[in-house]
Amino acid sequence: MNTFHPDRAAAFAADRSHAHWHDTALWFVREKRDRGAASVPEWERLRDAAAGIKAQALSNLAAYLEEFERNATANGIRVHWARDGEEHNRIVHEILAARGVRLVVKSKSMLTEECGLNPYLEARGLEVVDTDLGERIVQLAKEPPSHIVMPAIHRRKESIGELFHEKLGTPAGASDPKLLTEAARQDLRRKFLGAQAGLTGVNFALADTGGIVVVTNEGNADMGTSLPPVHVASMGVEKVIPRAADLGVFLRLLARSATGQPVSTYTSHFHGPMRGGELHVVVVDNGRSEILAREPFRKSLACIRCGACLNTCPVYRRSGGYSYSYLIPGPIGAVLGALRDPERHASLPFASSLCGSCTDVCPVQVDLHHQLLALRADVAARGILPWGKRMGMRLAGLVLRHPSLYRLAGGLARRALRGAPGLVRIGPAATWARQRQLPGAPSESFREIWRRGGA
Amino acid sequence: MGKVALFIPCYVDQLYPRVGLATARVLRRLGLEVEFPEEQTCCGQPMYNAGCAADARPLAERFLRVFGGYEAVVAPSGSCVSMVRLHYRELLGESPALRALAARTHELCEYLVDVAGVRTVDGEFRHRVGLHPSCHGLRELRLGRASERMDPPRNKVRELLAPLRGIELVEPSRPDECCGFGGTFAVNEEAVSCLMGQDRIADHEKAGAEVIAGYDMSCLMHLDGLIRREGKPIRVMHVAEILEGARLAQ
Repeated sequence: MNTFHPDRAAAFAADRSHAHWHDTALWFVREKRDRGAASVPEWERLRDAAAGIKAQALSNLAAYLEEFERNATANGIRVHWARDGEEHNRIVHEILAARGVRLVVKSKSMLTEECGLNPYLEARGLEVVDTDLGERIVQLAKEPPSHIVMPAIHRRKESIGELFHEKLGTPAGASDPKLLTEAARQDLRRKFLGAQAGLTGVNFALADTGGIVVVTNEGNADMGTSLPPVHVASMGVEKVIPRAADLGVFLRLLARSATGQPVSTYTSHFHGPMRGGELHVVVVDNGRSEILAREPFRKSLACIRCGACLNTCPVYRRSGGYSYSYLIPGPIGAVLGALRDPERHASLPFASSLCGSCTDVCPVQVDLHHQLLALRADVAARGILPWGKRMGMRLAGLVLRHPSLYRLAGGLARRALRGAPGLVRIGPAATWARQRQLPGAPSESFREIWRRGGA
Repeated sequence: MGKVALFIPCYVDQLYPRVGLATARVLRRLGLEVEFPEEQTCCGQPMYNAGCAADARPLAERFLRVFGGYEAVVAPSGSCVSMVRLHYRELLGESPALRALAARTHELCEYLVDVAGVRTVDGEFRHRVGLHPSCHGLRELRLGRASERMDPPRNKVRELLAPLRGIELVEPSRPDECCGFGGTFAVNEEAVSCLMGQDRIADHEKAGAEVIAGYDMSCLMHLDGLIRREGKPIRVMHVAEILEGARLAQ
């Protein structure tokens, strides 16, 4: 599969009207976020606080995780540790298999996507039903999510209507969101009632109380954990925060950053199993410790998966989630993907104009565009920069080290631009000129004018 | 009378000498002595942003050597200044000389407002103008408040342009959406880059702008290339060109 972002992005952008629709839909969410953030006078101080709490948590991660484990265990929660995705999947499967579970309902969790849990369980004969509406849409379509908060944002309602007609038997041509949502609800209701276990992610794990907090807008996590007796929650090691008292800082930032809502519809606290039931928490590393050890990148572990950096990213909005070769798209996905597999995702750190909007919108102040810049150096250091770019930069660097060479090269380039722009058929200038005029070149450079006293 | 060194980015030197000239004129009209150290070439940002730190480092060293002795260095570019101020330490390591250089290197508008203390702008520009706050000046140098941020609004470029007689500042619906230039990004991600630029131009057109004004010719070069390809009536101008006829005072 071609993982090169520019190619995939060009394919998405080629459908101008769809790209514009996608851009507008996400900008709408960004504007809602702006209104939500503006309603909090201390917004920037909240971001400072959140970044500080996350820095504290990440600097003492082992201690907080153990504190969480102790307190969770005392609450009757069974805590499991998984080194990687494979071990995570095995643990979850063992829990489910030992209890004879055949159908599980699952609320949204990017971690289980990362681990490939659904195919793992399905290969072992379990039926896994995603219960978040967007996740359900992409599950029915056999697609990965294209956004971490709005998994089906790449699909317009007409295409969801066609999908539901085929999969859920809604009337042909029906695209009324209310009708489609109702059809999904009725279908999901049967699954909720029939499931023997519910899987969720974890938004925050509280070290001092040993509880976990799961945030949804649809209440699907609550349905999935209230009806079946077994609840398995999967969390990355970075989800732990020191105190329950810190939670308010994050909840105020999370909902506003994600959708502009003052608060998510459902914020559910789990401090133990339901009566007669079981609550398992699987704590997963899967490469996070390595990121933690790399100073410029450890801040990326502070991410609370609000999706604001996707919504604000002018590149993501116009290239779509599938243009990113990693399962998490947008600026945070480009960072995490390039950290996980630099060779496969080598083009992602360059899928950014480095505008910095992601950094300013991030509720926990992850310096995303500086991380992308640092990852470009990482790509270059690994020797996997395209040859042409590497040589071009080396040559330019050599020329620019010598003012006389620079003057000579500048003069030649301007003469070429003036004389025969039509001759530019290959190289960067030709790519530039596909949709843009090349700049006109003056006969004299600034320094030539300055030298003859013309300034 | 103070003295400033002009830092004219390589592409301005080669392609937009008029912007360099306008910058020199604006500074001279403030009574400043303006020097142009001819040994300067490029700040190294293209190499650095491509990940090629080793190719950028000698240019950063050269820059420090050429400009290190001046009490102020002024450039008609937010992006190149942010390279010097924020990223040279990653290339050269912290040193008193670099700290001094970083603190004394300014983008033109920033220099006028923060260092020269310009409060009065007496001039005329009878056009409808949309501002294009290029990203590095906006979010690295904080020439204005980025729309994501919720701290008190401030915009140094607007403060300089708003007093001009006859100027009408119009507001695109997205105040600071990136134009899609992004250095090598413009070529690397040509499809998205051009789409971003076209959207940016359309937003300014919808707001009624005749002129898109900015402090980075690189972004404006990209927008200008799209504008001329499509034969649109809108045009781009550097802030220095708009201010060059005005009288500035504290």
